[in-house]
Amino acid sequence: MKFAVELTNSSKKFKQTIVINELSLQVRTGILFALIGPSGGGKTTLIKMIMGMLKSDTGTVTALNKKVPNKQLLHDIGYMAQADALYTDLTGQENLEFFGKMYAMSKKELQDRITYASNIVDLADHLSKKVEDYSGGMKRRLSLAIALIQDPPLLILDEPTVGIDPLLKLKIWQELTQLKNQGKTIFVTTHAMDEAEKCDEIAMLREGSIIATGTPFDLKQQFNAADLDEVFLQAGGETQ
Amino acid sequence: MKTLAMVKRIINQLKRDKRTLALLFLAPMLVLTLMYFIFESDDPKTTLVVTNAQPTVVEQLKKTSLTIVEKDQYSESKLKSSEYAAWLEFKNPSKLYLLNAEPSSSKAVEMAIASLSMQPQKQKMATTYVYGDKNTKVFDIFSPMLIGFFVFFFVFLIAGMALLKERTTGTLERLLATPIKRGEIILGYIIGFGFFALIQTIIIVLYAVYVLKIESVGSIGYVFLICIIVALVALSLGTFLSSFAATEFQMVQFIPLVIVPQVFFSGIFPLDNMAEWLQGLGRIMPMYYVADALNGVMYKGFGFSDIWLDLLILLGFSAIFLLLNMLGLKKYRAI
Repeated sequence: MKFAVELTNSSKKFKQTIVINELSLQVRTGILFALIGPSGGGKTTLIKMIMGMLKSDTGTVTALNKKVPNKQLLHDIGYMAQADALYTDLTGQENLEFFGKMYAMSKKELQDRITYASNIVDLADHLSKKVEDYSGGMKRRLSLAIALIQDPPLLILDEPTVGIDPLLKLKIWQELTQLKNQGKTIFVTTHAMDEAEKCDEIAMLREGSIIATGTPFDLKQQFNAADLDEVFLQAGGETQ
Repeated sequence: MKTLAMVKRIINQLKRDKRTLALLFLAPMLVLTLMYFIFESDDPKTTLVVTNAQPTVVEQLKKTSLTIVEKDQYSESKLKSSEYAAWLEFKNPSKLYLLNAEPSSSKAVEMAIASLSMQPQKQKMATTYVYGDKNTKVFDIFSPMLIGFFVFFFVFLIAGMALLKERTTGTLERLLATPIKRGEIILGYIIGFGFFALIQTIIIVLYAVYVLKIESVGSIGYVFLICIIVALVALSLGTFLSSFAATEFQMVQFIPLVIVPQVFFSGIFPLDNMAEWLQGLGRIMPMYYVADALNGVMYKGFGFSDIWLDLLILLGFSAIFLLLNMLGLKKYRAI
């Protein structure tokens, strides 16, 4: 499997607004891939199309060699939404257990995965607390732990590190790199250019189209920029 | 397995929400008790003032249900300032003044006087009550419907709100990003809330029958069966309608629109007197069948052969709502 995610001429229109416009994108298997772009540029819509939560109006979407939408495919995708979708009246442990049970796992396996995932996001000591007592960053971390719960080969994370302090952010990125080294494909959206810098490949999404792709190095050369911030600004300014 | 996880989660969540539990279990008892005392109080005594009456007529009047007060002098203005229902002035011709503050008292007076004219030929008649007996009160007739209504209302509200909360907080969308089937989500809701509806039903029915001593001629087992089906209809309708509400306040707005009209057609007001098109309207409301079945079992002592059609129609209602619900969930996941 060469590409973990592949979109060909995919579009999405809401009423009269075109959000994704004839977009084609290929994400190689086993890399850390960042989707960057301004707010309202269609990043979340694109993610939902890959997940099969939204159906592409045109073209095809393929993930892990399966044509989207496909319910079985969801088994193999760890998803973290932009907004924390957690049951705040339940504890962290109960949230993890509940979402974990959506994937075929033995009880033992589930407990092991809960321990693993909560350790990565540094929440192991707070699992018995109700989520309504969590801070914003803790909720974000719990969402990430839920995305990791079934040990999926493909991770799709919509702005995973918003509201997380620099130290933990570093730890999470180290872990994402580690997961990548295990052969997983990680697809993140981000606003933080220092994070995009850590990725193998970047695609820049603007007004529903991919305006630039490549390694961070490629992009900097292409735009003749010193850093990715400059690339972001230049690419953004180009079409204005 | 996934359904079971859903059920466990719903029970866990609701178990911790003590106030909602109180609403579910205690509020129906409170309202039922209140209505019991309001309707159980004796019929008000209707008092008739008579002037210039011959003693034999007064004797006969006293045999009716009316309380008779004899006066030498009386007037319309006195009637207004009194609490009496009517004044019968014997002269030529006699004249009856009805205060008509309570139309029911006026009717009672008119009936009593009408029966008087049939005297003295009137024979003592034997009366047989087909349903109930001479002590039957209004409350006996519509308390079965009340039981059904409580189950319907509270399950509708709580299940609808719960799914709405899942929509607004994004957990529903998150859940649909897992391989769960839409049917499993709905089934989880049915079993999870069905569990609480069952407890609620048991509490309400036992309280009504054994504490308030509401007459239940038929089998209590059928009462439970009906109430469970009521809960199913309420659950499917509540969760379905929640997809048309963006906020909890908008969910509450469905109450005057969906719940209140159903009460009108559930037996508080006699359906037979309604215009035909209104009766037809009642036929599309689940509460009509609920009231019919519950009243049939509890008051008329009906068995399964008399209520199966009501139950079937109710199951049909919930099947339709559940199907629509399943389709509605497609909004969150293409498959």
